[in-house]
Amino acid sequence: MNTRQQTKIIYSWYGKPTSSDRKLRTLQYKGIIIKSERTRTEKCIQLGEFVLIEGENADRPFVAQLLDLYEDGAQQKHAVVQWFSHITEIPQNKRKLLKREVSCQEVFFDQVSGYDNDIAVETIIESVLVIPLHPKEELPITLNKEKIFYVKQSWDGKCFKALSSDTFSKLKEANRKGDGVPNSLNSFVPLDISSMKEETKKVARSVMKTKNVEVEIESKHSASKSSLSKERHSQRVANGIKTPTARKKLQLNSPTRLPQSKLLDCDVLELLDDDFDSIVTLEPSAAKRKVKFTGILGSPPKMPCPDDDSNSVSDAAEHQQRFSDTTRLSPYYSNVQKSNEKAKNLNSKNDTILNGLQELGSLSPVLTPRSRRACAQKTSALIAQQISLLNMIESNQKEDFLSSSDGSYSSSSEEEDSDVLCSPEKRTKASRTFSIPKSSRKPSVHTPAKTPKKTSLPGTPKTPRNATPEIPRRSHAAQKPASMLEEARLRLHVSAIPESLPCREEEFQDIYNFVESKLIDGTGGCMYISGVPGTGKTATVHEVIRCLQQAAENDDVPAFEFIEINGMKLTDPHQAYVQILELLTGQKVTATHAATLLAKLFCTPGPKRKTTVLIVDELDLLWTRKQNVMYNLFDWPTQKHSKLIILAIANTMDLPERIMMNRVASRLGLTRMSFQPYTYKQLQQIISSRLNSVKAFEEDAIQLVSRKVAALSGDARRCLDICRRATEICEFASQKNIPEIVRMAHVTEAIDEMFSSPYISAIRNASLHEQIFLKAILAEFRRAGVEEATVQQVYHQHISLCRMEGMQSPTVSDIMSICSRLGACRLLLVESSNKYLHMRVRLNISQDDVMYALKDE
Amino acid sequence: MSKRKSKESISTNGECISQVQKVLRERLCYHYATGKLFGIEHQYRHLLELLKRTTIHGESNSALIIGPRGSGKTALLNHVLKDLMEIKQVKENLLEVRLNGLLQTNDKVALKEITRQLRLENVVGDKVFGSFAENLAFLLEALRKGNRTSSCPVLFILDEFDLFVHHKNQTLLYNLFDISQSAQTPVTVIGLTCRRDILELFEKRVKSRFSHRQIYVLNSFDFKQYVKIFKEQLSLPADFPDETFAQKWNNNVQHLSVDKTVNDVLQSLFHYTKDLRSLHFLLMLAVSNVTVHHPLITASDLQEASKQYRMDSKANIVHGLSVLEICLIIAMKHLNDVYEGEPFNFQMVYNEFQKFIQRKAHCMYNFEKPVVMKAFEHLLQLELVKPIEKPSVRTQREYLLMKLLLDNTQIMDALQAPASFRCKQGMQEVPRIPVWEEEGENKGKTPLDDVPERRSGRFTQKTVTT
Repeated sequence: MNTRQQTKIIYSWYGKPTSSDRKLRTLQYKGIIIKSERTRTEKCIQLGEFVLIEGENADRPFVAQLLDLYEDGAQQKHAVVQWFSHITEIPQNKRKLLKREVSCQEVFFDQVSGYDNDIAVETIIESVLVIPLHPKEELPITLNKEKIFYVKQSWDGKCFKALSSDTFSKLKEANRKGDGVPNSLNSFVPLDISSMKEETKKVARSVMKTKNVEVEIESKHSASKSSLSKERHSQRVANGIKTPTARKKLQLNSPTRLPQSKLLDCDVLELLDDDFDSIVTLEPSAAKRKVKFTGILGSPPKMPCPDDDSNSVSDAAEHQQRFSDTTRLSPYYSNVQKSNEKAKNLNSKNDTILNGLQELGSLSPVLTPRSRRACAQKTSALIAQQISLLNMIESNQKEDFLSSSDGSYSSSSEEEDSDVLCSPEKRTKASRTFSIPKSSRKPSVHTPAKTPKKTSLPGTPKTPRNATPEIPRRSHAAQKPASMLEEARLRLHVSAIPESLPCREEEFQDIYNFVESKLIDGTGGCMYISGVPGTGKTATVHEVIRCLQQAAENDDVPAFEFIEINGMKLTDPHQAYVQILELLTGQKVTATHAATLLAKLFCTPGPKRKTTVLIVDELDLLWTRKQNVMYNLFDWPTQKHSKLIILAIANTMDLPERIMMNRVASRLGLTRMSFQPYTYKQLQQIISSRLNSVKAFEEDAIQLVSRKVAALSGDARRCLDICRRATEICEFASQKNIPEIVRMAHVTEAIDEMFSSPYISAIRNASLHEQIFLKAILAEFRRAGVEEATVQQVYHQHISLCRMEGMQSPTVSDIMSICSRLGACRLLLVESSNKYLHMRVRLNISQDDVMYALKDE
Repeated sequence: MSKRKSKESISTNGECISQVQKVLRERLCYHYATGKLFGIEHQYRHLLELLKRTTIHGESNSALIIGPRGSGKTALLNHVLKDLMEIKQVKENLLEVRLNGLLQTNDKVALKEITRQLRLENVVGDKVFGSFAENLAFLLEALRKGNRTSSCPVLFILDEFDLFVHHKNQTLLYNLFDISQSAQTPVTVIGLTCRRDILELFEKRVKSRFSHRQIYVLNSFDFKQYVKIFKEQLSLPADFPDETFAQKWNNNVQHLSVDKTVNDVLQSLFHYTKDLRSLHFLLMLAVSNVTVHHPLITASDLQEASKQYRMDSKANIVHGLSVLEICLIIAMKHLNDVYEGEPFNFQMVYNEFQKFIQRKAHCMYNFEKPVVMKAFEHLLQLELVKPIEKPSVRTQREYLLMKLLLDNTQIMDALQAPASFRCKQGMQEVPRIPVWEEEGENKGKTPLDDVPERRSGRFTQKTVTT
C-alpha cells in the first residue's frame, strides 16, 4: 500500500461505454485499465474478473469479483463487486464451524448482507485468480500465493455452505473468460527478478494456449525457463503426479530461487543440528543436482499431450505453481536425508533415524493441505505415519549407496521416475513418504526462521521496535482474601468489575439503543456523553459494548469492531490518529500520514468493512487551536460510507458550545446525554450491590458514607475509597482476630481522614515562632487594613509580640527561614525570596482559621 | 613511665574519638537512612499495611505523604520499605520506581525513567528508545496487560510530588492513578510532598482517581520528647567497641540533657523550628568540636554551635564593611527614615553623605565621588542594596532607584557590635563610626583613602567568620 501511494496510478476505462442509464446518468463499461507510472505497466481488468481490493490493512487486501463497472454523474468511477471472505475476516468463533484447517489461499464466497458492494474503482489493486473447487477437492499447491485463491464454500454470516452449482459454474465461467482475454494489453516488460513469478505464470498460460510453440518460448526465455516448460510437459505425461525427482529437478530449473532456498536450508540445518551433529552444506548438493540436471536435458523431452480438461489452462498454471513451490521445499528433504545418512554412518543405526523420523512425522502432518490430502486418502493419519516411516527408512537405505556417486544418483532418480510411472500404488506411497517429512518441515521452518533472527548476534542490541510490552510476573502468587473484611475490600476496589451497573439502567439503555440502531442500519453517528468525574460514564459505555459484543456473537446485531482512545493517554491530540489507525489495522505511521489513511478509509465508499465503534474518552483533551482533530473525528461519521459510530465522553455538559467551533459542534450533532452525579440512595445501592452477600458493613455506616459523598461530589470512586479505608480502620482497630463489621465510628474516622482540612493541624503543630509569625501577620493585616504585607513589616510586629511575651526575638535570617518554611507548606503565599525583606506575604487560609487554630493553644 | 601511659591513653582515646565521630556523623548526616522515627508510629503502621496489601494481595493503591520539610517523610518511607523487604514474600515481588520532581521535570523524561527502572524491553543498556508517544503507549500497554493476581506489583515513589502536578495535562499522574483504579497491573503510587494544598492542584479527573489517602507527618512532639530525641541522637550505641568510653560518653549526654544552659539552647531552637534536621545540624557542629584533648561535649560547645548556627547572615556581612561603606548604609537608613522606605538613588545617598561630611569635616575624610561610587557598587554586589528595576542603558548608574535590604535593627546590631569583635576582624584602626544618631560623640578616625584595596583583606576575614 505504501508503494502504491508513492507511485501514481491511473485508472481509466477500457473501451467505450457499453450502456448508459439516462435516469441515473451512469455509463457502464466492460473493463478498466490500471496504469502504474512507476513500473510503466498497464493492466486491463474486465468484468467478471477477480480483483484484490484495498482494505484497512495493507497486508490483507480483500478479494472480490467485478460484476459491474460504471461512471456516475459526478464522473466518479464505481465498481460493483461480489465479495469473497478470507478466513481472517470470519469471526473467530465462527471458524470452528468449518471443522477443518483452512489455508491462507482459500476464500469463501461471501453472501453476508450488509456489506456495501459498491466501491470506488481506485481501491482495486490488481487482478487475481479465484478458482472454484469442489468441497472434496484438495487445494493444489501453488507458488503464487498472493495471486491465486480457491473457493470451495460460501459464507453467509452464520454458516458455511457448499457452493451451489450455479455459482460454481459461474465462477468457472468467469475464470475462463478472464483467460480468454487477448493479452495484447498485458505487457510483459520484465523489470526485475521479482516480476519473474508472474512471468512464469504467463509463460505457462501461453504455452497451454498455443500448444506447440515451445520453440518460440524457448527463444524468448532463458534456457532454464525452457527446460522448466519441458519439465512441466514431462510431468503432464505422468498425469500431473508429482514425484520427488521432478521436484528436485525443478529446484535447479529456477536459479532465481536458489538464494532463498539456500537461506532456508541454513535454517533447516540449524534445526537439524539439534538432532544430528552434522553439517551439511548446500553447495555439494547443488552441484550434485546440476549433474543430474544436464542428464535430464540430454534426455529427450516427452511430448506434451494436453488433456481435454475444461480448465486446462488454469490447471497448467496451477501445476506450474505447484512445481516451483515444491522446488523451495525439496532441499529440506534432501538435507534430512543426508543428515540421516550421516547419522547412519555414525553407526547410530536405525534407532536415531526412527527417532528423527518419528519426530518429523509427529510434527503435525495435518497442517498443510498436501498432507491433508494424504491423510484423507488413508484411513488414519497413524497408519500413514507408520508407512511413511517405513518408506523413509527404505529410501534412506536406498540412498545410502546411491549417494556414493553423483552419476548413480541421477540414474536412480530416473529409476524412481519410471518406478512411479509403472506402479501407481508405489507411487502414492513414495509421494506420501516424501510429502510428509516435507510438509512437516514446512511449518517448523517458518517459526524458527524468525527466532534465530531475533536472538542472533548477542553482541548487537535488540531492536526495541518489536519489543513486547510486559511487566515481569510475580514470583509468589497473590494471596486470596482470607477474612470477610478483606473480601469486602477487594469487592469495593474501584477496579473490581461488578456484575451489574446499578443506577445507570436508563443511560445504559439509551446508549445501547443508539449504538444498536446504528449498527443495524449500517450507518454512522456521534453521541456526546458528559458528566462529572466518577459518575460511571466510561463504565457504562464499556458495559454497553460488552453487551453488544455478546449480542454480535449471538448474531443479534451485525459484528462490529470496537476501539477506544483516551485523550489523557495521548501525548498530543494528533496522536489520536496514530492510535486509531494502529488499533484498526496494526500499522504504525506518523500522525499526518495516519490522518490521511484514516480519511481515505472512512471517506472512500467501498471496501467492505465492519462498523467501527470508537470511544473517545476525555474528549476535551483533543482540543487544538484549529480543532482539526475534533473536526475530523466528528466529520467521518457523517460520511456516507464511513460506518463509524463515535461515543465521545467528557466532563462538561456544554463542551460543544464552550470550546468547539461551530462547524465542529454542528457535526457532533445533538445526540447528547449527561450523567447526573449519584444521589445518596444510588450510592448506597452501588455499595450494597458491590458487597453483595458479604456482610461487612452496618447499614447506617453505608448510608453515612453515601450521604456524605453525595453532598460533596457524588463521585462513586470517592465513596468506594472511603468504604475501603473504613474496612482498614476497622481491621486495624480489632486486632484480636474477632470478626467485626464496619461501624459508624470507623466510617467517621475514614471520612475525617480524607476530608479534614490539613491546615489547622499544620498550624497547631508548627513551632512557637512560626505561630508567632502567623500572629504577627494577622496583626500587620489588621494594622494596615490590607491583606498583604512585606516581611519587614511582619518582622517588626513579630519583635513586638516577642517583647510582649518576654521571649528572645529572632534575627532576620530566622524570620526569613520561618517565612519560607511556612511558604513551602503553602500556609503562606510568598514571593520569590530574592527580594529579602521586601518580599510580600499573604495568607493562604482565611484569617479566621488561623485565629481558630492559634486560640486553642 | 607515666608519660608513656598518658600517650597510650591518648592513642586509645584517639581511636575512641574517631569511632564516636564516625558513628555520630553517620547518624546525623544520613538521618533518613539510619535514623530512628520519632512520633510517627501510627503513620508507619498505616503505610506498612498499605504496601503489604499491595505486594501480598496485589491491591492497587495511591497515597500521599504530606508534611513540612525535614519532618521525616522520606525517612518514614525508607523505614517501611526496609522492614517490608525483610518479608521474604515481598522481597522478590516488588518493583520499585523512584521519581523525583526535581529530576523528572516533564512527563517525557519521567516516562523514560520509569521504563528504564522497570527494565522493559524497549530499554537497551540505559537508553530508552522511541518517541514520547511511543513510550507512553508502550508503557500503558505493558501495564494494561497485567492483572491483579499474576503480575508483579509496581511501587511508584514520586518525590517532590507537587512538581509533577505542573506537568502538561497531568498526563503522568492521570495515567498512574488510572491504572491504580483499574484492573491492570497492581501499582501503588506514593507521593511525597510538603504542600498542604496539593489536592487543590489536581485536575478534577486526576483528583477523582486519587484515592484520597493522605498520611500526614507532623512534628507533633513537645519539648520533653525533643530533649529525649536529643539524648537518643547523641548517645552511643550499646555495641560501641570501647565500653567504658561509651559509658562515660552516655553519662555525659545524660548530664547535658538536664543542664540548664543546654536546655535553654534546645528550647530556643525548639521554638524556632521543630525540624529535626536543624537539631542534627546543631549537634553536628558540636560533635565536630570533639577532639582527643576535648573528649566530651560540653554545654558551652552546644551554646557556641547554636550561636554559629543561628547567626544573622546579613548582619554578618555588615560587620565586615569599611567605614565608608557603613557611612553610606547609615545615609541610606537616614533616607529611609525620612522618606518612609521610598526608594533612593546613589545621588541622594551621596548628597546625604556630603551633608554629613560638611558638618563633621574635622572627623571624616572627604572621599571623592568615584570612590564613594565604588563603595556603593560594592554594597550592590553584596546585595545589601538592590535596584528595584533592571539596570537599563538609558538610566545613569547614579540615578538608578535602589532599596536597602537591611532592617534598622540589623544596622544597629552591626554598629553596636563589641570592639573586640572588630579587633578580631583586623580592623583595629577603624574607629567607632560617627553616626547621626550619636552625633555628640567623636571617636578617633583614620582616613581611608584606598577603599578598593582593602577589600581583598576583608573578604578573607569574612570567610573566617561565617
